[in-house]
Amino acid sequence: MRFTFDGRPMRGEPGDTLAAALLRNGVRVVGRSVALGRPRGIFTAGPEEPNALVRVGADPMLAATTVELHDGLEAWSLRGKGRVNLDAVALGAVDLDPANLDPANLDPANLDPVDERRCDKGYLHCDVLVVGGGPAGLAATVAAGRSGARVILVDEQPRLGGDLLNSRVRLDGAPGPDWAAGLDLPARVLTTTTAVGCYDHGYVVAVERRARGERLWHIRARRVVLATGAHERSLAFPGNDRPGVMLASAARAYANRYGVAPWRRAVVFACADSGYEAARDLEAAGVAVVAIADPRDGQVVTGTTGDADGVLDGVLIAERPGKERPGEARAGVRRVEAELLAVAGGWNPAVHLFGQARGRLRFDEELQAFVPDGPAPGVRCAGACRGVYGTREAIADGYAAGTEAAGGSAHGLRVPSCEDRRQRPHRPPAALWLVEGDSDEPAFADLHRDVTVADLARATGTGMRSVEHVKRYTTAGTGADQGKTSSAVVVGVMSALLGTAPGQVGTTTFRPPYVPVSFAAFAGRDRGELSDPVRTTAMHDAHVARGAVFENVGQWKRPRYFPLDGESMAQAVWRECVAARTAVAAMDASTLGKIDIRGADAGAFLDRIYTNVYSTLPVGACRYGVMCGADGMVFDDGTTTRLAADRFLMTTTTGNAAAVLDRLEEWHQTEWPELDVSFTSVTDHWATVVVAGPHARRVIAAVAPEALGLAFMRYTDAAVLGVPGRVFRISFSGELAYEVNVPWPYGRALWEAVLELGAVPYGTETMHVLRAEKGFAIVGQETDGTVTPQDLGMAWIVSRRKPDFVGKRSHARPDTARDDRKRLVGLLPDDPETLVDEGAQLVGSPGGPMLGHVTSSYRSAALGRTFALALAARVVPGDRLTAVSGGTASPVTVVAPVFYDPGNERREGEPLTDAPPPPRVAVPRRESPAAPFAARFAAAGTDAVRLRELPFEPMWEVRGADPGGEGTVLRLGPSWWLVCGNVSPRAHWVDVSGQRTILELSGPAAEDVLVTGCPVDLHPSAFPGHAQTLLGRTSVVLERRAPGVHRIYVRSSFTRYLAEWLLDAMEAL
Amino acid sequence: MMSLDCPHCGPRDENEFHYGGQAGVAYPAHETTDEEWAAYVFLRDNPKGWFRERWFHVHGCRTWFTVERHTVTHEIRKAP
Ligand SMILES: [Zn+2]
Repeated sequence: MRFTFDGRPMRGEPGDTLAAALLRNGVRVVGRSVALGRPRGIFTAGPEEPNALVRVGADPMLAATTVELHDGLEAWSLRGKGRVNLDAVALGAVDLDPANLDPANLDPANLDPVDERRCDKGYLHCDVLVVGGGPAGLAATVAAGRSGARVILVDEQPRLGGDLLNSRVRLDGAPGPDWAAGLDLPARVLTTTTAVGCYDHGYVVAVERRARGERLWHIRARRVVLATGAHERSLAFPGNDRPGVMLASAARAYANRYGVAPWRRAVVFACADSGYEAARDLEAAGVAVVAIADPRDGQVVTGTTGDADGVLDGVLIAERPGKERPGEARAGVRRVEAELLAVAGGWNPAVHLFGQARGRLRFDEELQAFVPDGPAPGVRCAGACRGVYGTREAIADGYAAGTEAAGGSAHGLRVPSCEDRRQRPHRPPAALWLVEGDSDEPAFADLHRDVTVADLARATGTGMRSVEHVKRYTTAGTGADQGKTSSAVVVGVMSALLGTAPGQVGTTTFRPPYVPVSFAAFAGRDRGELSDPVRTTAMHDAHVARGAVFENVGQWKRPRYFPLDGESMAQAVWRECVAARTAVAAMDASTLGKIDIRGADAGAFLDRIYTNVYSTLPVGACRYGVMCGADGMVFDDGTTTRLAADRFLMTTTTGNAAAVLDRLEEWHQTEWPELDVSFTSVTDHWATVVVAGPHARRVIAAVAPEALGLAFMRYTDAAVLGVPGRVFRISFSGELAYEVNVPWPYGRALWEAVLELGAVPYGTETMHVLRAEKGFAIVGQETDGTVTPQDLGMAWIVSRRKPDFVGKRSHARPDTARDDRKRLVGLLPDDPETLVDEGAQLVGSPGGPMLGHVTSSYRSAALGRTFALALAARVVPGDRLTAVSGGTASPVTVVAPVFYDPGNERREGEPLTDAPPPPRVAVPRRESPAAPFAARFAAAGTDAVRLRELPFEPMWEVRGADPGGEGTVLRLGPSWWLVCGNVSPRAHWVDVSGQRTILELSGPAAEDVLVTGCPVDLHPSAFPGHAQTLLGRTSVVLERRAPGVHRIYVRSSFTRYLAEWLLDAMEAL
Repeated sequence: MMSLDCPHCGPRDENEFHYGGQAGVAYPAHETTDEEWAAYVFLRDNPKGWFRERWFHVHGCRTWFTVERHTVTHEIRKAP
């Protein structure tokens, strides 16, 4: 396999890590340290690597010990503090220190490589999750699986076996990796998958490294068995950072597993027995082990020597006469020539995930390491990660852990025979963390962060006693390796400096992720167009075709204005306003929230929610209402219409629709469950066009002639384009206006028909200007959660007759009742061309107190000048104020907040005089929400998975008892049903045929698509046949029709988002 | 990501729910002083330990329910 390192061509072997391949090619210096610029080499053979960090493709920093070699791989060393954005440098935003600059980083070709990765995520569920595929984890997997549990095994390596891959241990007479490969694992096995986080309630997040991009697995397990092994540690002695100083276990892994042992002479610093194992394996690989310094036998390494490049060429070994004393000269220091110093400082159980799960640790004096102090809730450790060392011991422990986690009893578990190569009795590791040296070379505690013993001494010298403080002061343990090799050394050195036991010092808090995770992996599919769901109306494509400029309102895309050729926004809005005030104009108002409210107590319920009265509203009448929170502040507003004695239709603001529905259900379920009332969202079912302007009747006469006689604030069912629809005479502009509703599939046809009849399309900006001219507040613009209806000058809408409504009591609080609160006022800039900034502060005199702020500011075609709305305290019409913003001060005059038609004389419009256009009766073409995707769905289909829309399925939401009968009946919640199919609806059913559409995903790989976005357990034993849940980032009803056939009921407005999401997921299979 | 046991749907991930705050804070049925009313609107307990709280299965069956959660360990048990 060919690869390059810093542009130099090299060759490696299949199965190599980049680190192994670099050693194979004689590379000893792989980079320079972050702060001191010292040469550094490969120190470990795993994810704990502190030194050998490289850039590979778009990944700016990876441990070479974890990068699987592939043909053509290009890796670059890192120097200094990372890559600098040269654009930022050019702007002077970054101070470029030449000392820290890597020349390779100045090559434009190396800047910001395009990230081609396609990352995603997936949800899995199991009874037992085993983390780690070494002897203990494999045994736990076998035991749990044979106990009948659903088991998942994740392991970070491409091959199972864990430490067996690095050792020469033989099990049942065969090499360890063969034993592992021969196991029949009753589990779903994910290799090259690193568990990075262990959270509440058995939730484990793991990153699977795949060629096309990482997948972030979210695994929910009843029980978790951690078999994460142990990390060998180093200790602090002078010159312990030279290239050539390596953990003994790493040297052994390179020799045994990769056949790479590019050293002639080696010294082993054996503070633990594992050093002797490494020495034996190095000898077997042809390396001359010229000395073993074992502190337990009175010998320590006190320093290293290096060649001109700083690379190790010798090791200083001293006799150690008993207890160490600073500055004390040692007897018999000798220098031994060597290219490798293999350090066996002892082992630290890899308790990171256990610690994240809030498992408690204790310091084990025998092992000289922190080990789990019993299990954590739902999480237990097995094998080396709880300090049970030795292959047979780990396997036995794994069997026990797996059996216990599965809550069963496995049979036929046998611990394989394992020949013991130990030549001397086991001894505990030396309690040695720090060796004082005779040289000036620094002794490092954290190689990654360049933290030395002197740095730690400075920290403790200032009085710091907490390892958390020392960590933050010195940055020890804060590198990309999160201190995997250094934390024990830091604790040990601190205990030596402070004269306390390591157990007293304790550890820092373990936090996810266990290894670095790229932002691309966290983002997964949620990037670009899919980064946040975009909701669209039935008329969206028509708006796009007309060149509308959109704005985001909540998740909706709404046309802000419709510019004609060459028009600026101001010009377009001016023209649209003129059309609405003098002729006829039309707006897509489908995004307003619509809630069908039913039940004998619906009126009584609304009386408690709104500040005004609804129970006495006549059938067919509409009433504007404001609802407050319990704190008395305005929460939402809208018009609610009585459709029948026991039935209302509430409209909400676009952005608050979901929150209002949530709140209605909250009050009903938690405070007034005795009220007979239910709520059904019909926001997506109805497509709504506002027809506004003095000539609106000309349009209505053609599209909904039955509604022509409608009085102001009245509603009627009417044929719209021959289709059953609803027309409301409501005006938010002050002009004659109708809100015309048709089911979603006819929305676009209605829009086109209205425009054909001469209505000028207008967007949200014109809507805002028109309503502001009338002094109508917008929730979220004039209000911010601190504004009462009274503050808005709407005391008239707050009932004094009703015994109570939500917020009433708060209106009597001293704070809300005081008369110097900010209130809604109008402003006229002295200069009629000056548009003051929204958000500008209002002051009475320069330097005086702020009296309020501007909430809305527009140019008015009707007034021929600019105007504004504001919230201001202690002002009255006629007051002269200054609006201050961004260094500009504009004089303004306070006026009443109604600028246009204060007598409401415009809302009756012009009567029909000349003959109106003939009514349109031909039933228009209907269009389903996913219709624009039909061809792409067909093209994306494979034998594995197919996607199609089942359009125009009749659907009803039903409350109460199981409606039974014909069609598909899905239970959505307690006393809540969705009925689908060609059935005859009963009287109290709510038609929601336009609210959702059905996307059918089928084929053997359908479930593989769904698991990348659906968090519920789809396993037949767990999935109840259908469920309301999430898919991607939208709510759906998911129904399994048959094995391999899933129906997804998605809100019409979310259909485009979900269609794009599904297509992306199918392509990524 | 906690797992919450919806009384209707069974265990689901936390992000299918909205948090509803302290349970058992009833809407005052009688006349209140300003202090009593302010306590109802603004004051909530914040214990270290077991806490009765409400959750709303917003992306599922839309049911409000009450559980007891330990604010340190996130252990959850059915509210009595
Ligand atoms: Zn539920």
